Amino acid sequence: MAIIIDENTNVLVQGATGNQGVFHTKQMLAYGTKIVAGVTPGKGGATVEGVPIFDSVAAACESQKIDASVLFIPAPFTKDAVFEAVDAGIGVVVVVTEGVPVHDEIQMVSYANRKGTIVLGPNTFGIVSSGRCKMGIPPNKYFVEGPIGVVARSGTLTYEIVGNLTANGLGQSTVVGMGGDRVVGTTFIDVLKMFEKDPLTKAVVLIGEIGGNAEETASEYIKTMSKPVVGYIAGKSAPPGKRMGHAGAIIERGKGTFQGKVEALTAAGAKVATLPFEVPGLIKEMLGMK
Amino acid sequence: MKMFEYMGKELFAKFGLPVPKGRMITNPNDAGAVAAEIGKPVVIKSQVLSGKRGKAGGIKFADTPEQATAAANEIFGMTIQGLPVNILLVEEKLKIDKELYMSITIDGAAKMPVLIASAHGGMDIEEVAEEFIIKRHIDPALGMQPYIARDVVRRMGTPLSSPHGKQLVKIIQTLYKIFIQNDAELVEINPLVFSDDKVIAADSKVTIDDDALFRQKNLPYVEERSATEKAAHDLGLSFVDLDGNIAVMANGAGITMGTLDTIQYYGGSAANFLDCGGGTGREATAKALELLIAKKPKSMIINIFGGITRCDQVALAVKDIKESVGFECPLVIRLVGTNQDEGREILASIGVEAFDFMAEAAERAVQLAAKG
Repeated sequence: MAIIIDENTNVLVQGATGNQGVFHTKQMLAYGTKIVAGVTPGKGGATVEGVPIFDSVAAACESQKIDASVLFIPAPFTKDAVFEAVDAGIGVVVVVTEGVPVHDEIQMVSYANRKGTIVLGPNTFGIVSSGRCKMGIPPNKYFVEGPIGVVARSGTLTYEIVGNLTANGLGQSTVVGMGGDRVVGTTFIDVLKMFEKDPLTKAVVLIGEIGGNAEETASEYIKTMSKPVVGYIAGKSAPPGKRMGHAGAIIERGKGTFQGKVEALTAAGAKVATLPFEVPGLIKEMLGMK
Repeated sequence: MKMFEYMGKELFAKFGLPVPKGRMITNPNDAGAVAAEIGKPVVIKSQVLSGKRGKAGGIKFADTPEQATAAANEIFGMTIQGLPVNILLVEEKLKIDKELYMSITIDGAAKMPVLIASAHGGMDIEEVAEEFIIKRHIDPALGMQPYIARDVVRRMGTPLSSPHGKQLVKIIQTLYKIFIQNDAELVEINPLVFSDDKVIAADSKVTIDDDALFRQKNLPYVEERSATEKAAHDLGLSFVDLDGNIAVMANGAGITMGTLDTIQYYGGSAANFLDCGGGTGREATAKALELLIAKKPKSMIINIFGGITRCDQVALAVKDIKESVGFECPLVIRLVGTNQDEGREILASIGVEAFDFMAEAAERAVQLAAKG
């Protein structure tokens, strides 16, 4: 078991013939992901790393069952590609693209919600069910099987923390990237609920950052969880009014501060790490491991 | 990207949303001519991206063209919250019977636009009591249907059959059209005023989504970024100037923030936030390093956990810089992830050691900055 994707997930790559698409198709295959098809309009009939390419998502879906799609599509065309995947009935859509206009994101997420599709991103590193399936761009070698669920807004910070977990003998059930933008398809609570039900997951790491109120909202649900949660919030040293790279990471009008998030998580019974490398120790403490 | 009040009002006017008669000037001595053209008492408003302009003395009234020129010269060149006033808006002074508030923005948690309105405008909406604020989320599949606008006006307490009520319904629909068609993150009118039987936008605040500028090329906006911030943006990188003396480059917003926090933990302070993003190649990385060197930091840390970013590309950029302009300050590199071994070989060939862990690299950068 794991959440959202596993070893049986048939994966499609949209934008598989581009520079990033080719590189990461190769990486995902090397991790063991069951990539069954790719889509690039106009390149139907070609192959990438042995994966057959189709002209449209509908054409790929006619050839076989497809469970999930990962997109390597430039920002101006991302909305169209997400609509195409959702319209074809694909259940999970992972949007790696950075810099998608927020009005497009609203429309994408709205349509996906209506159709019951899980959207991760935009601006996500993707999702890894360790040892089973990887969709997205994380480096392969740090993700090993184990009992820790990880959910995050930010990519490289997640690699940092997953690397620390693995180095301390704590593998991961599933590592989920929600995306760094202000409007994304899936929230902390959606993922926390899945981890709470997942028999493989024994504890959860929540990696947040300043800005917005996703961590505060998640805290309300954490109160009701039976599994321990360890949090880390990036941006303690960030000055107000400065957008720290992610569209969502900005302290505006005194809201979305580091302090507020840490207090909300702590009040919900979670432990909050001051620095990324403290996460494994806190997990072991909460699981009663030595 | 943000707009000055006058830019927002010109945008409103283009869509038929009523604004006061007036004009922007960059020479205070033109205020009299604009006032004479308007032919009524005027208000002279400083154009800076700051609230509380009135309290700071940045808004003045004048009954005659002579008074207008005098008032304009008083405001012009003053500084409001650190921002110099070098643009003025001269417009008709409105008879104000009532001040309202109206805005549309994006609610990230609800994943849809939200209309915020209040019959108690004129002050910061954060200061208005919760019971006087109307929040109406707009389902993107529906858009701003007329019934939604009518219901908001009803809740604001304005009779739908009154001239004010009818105009408000139209203003709400127009504001939504402006919000959608211009890829706005925020359109705000505060105050929206009742002036006799008219409803007029007495102020404007408009922010356009940076990510949509590729399709909103004709909109005016205010350049708020420093020269380095702009140069980094042109390279496709995200840069923010900070006050400390340790230059920071990392890949990804989260890990960059994490690096700044770790530097602070060890008692240092970062000179900047530089997220060289995902998949930035050799050339752009080298240019970004040049930007950092130009700021003359005491030490520099490069923290890479490569996913889409390839370690060898970063190492090659470091090599390029070492062999061209050179690093004047001590350099600390943490390099792990995709193509890590290739990257480290390149660094070894130029005598640069790479750290495995972020914390030890950050601690070292803080020590080196303290020495220098």
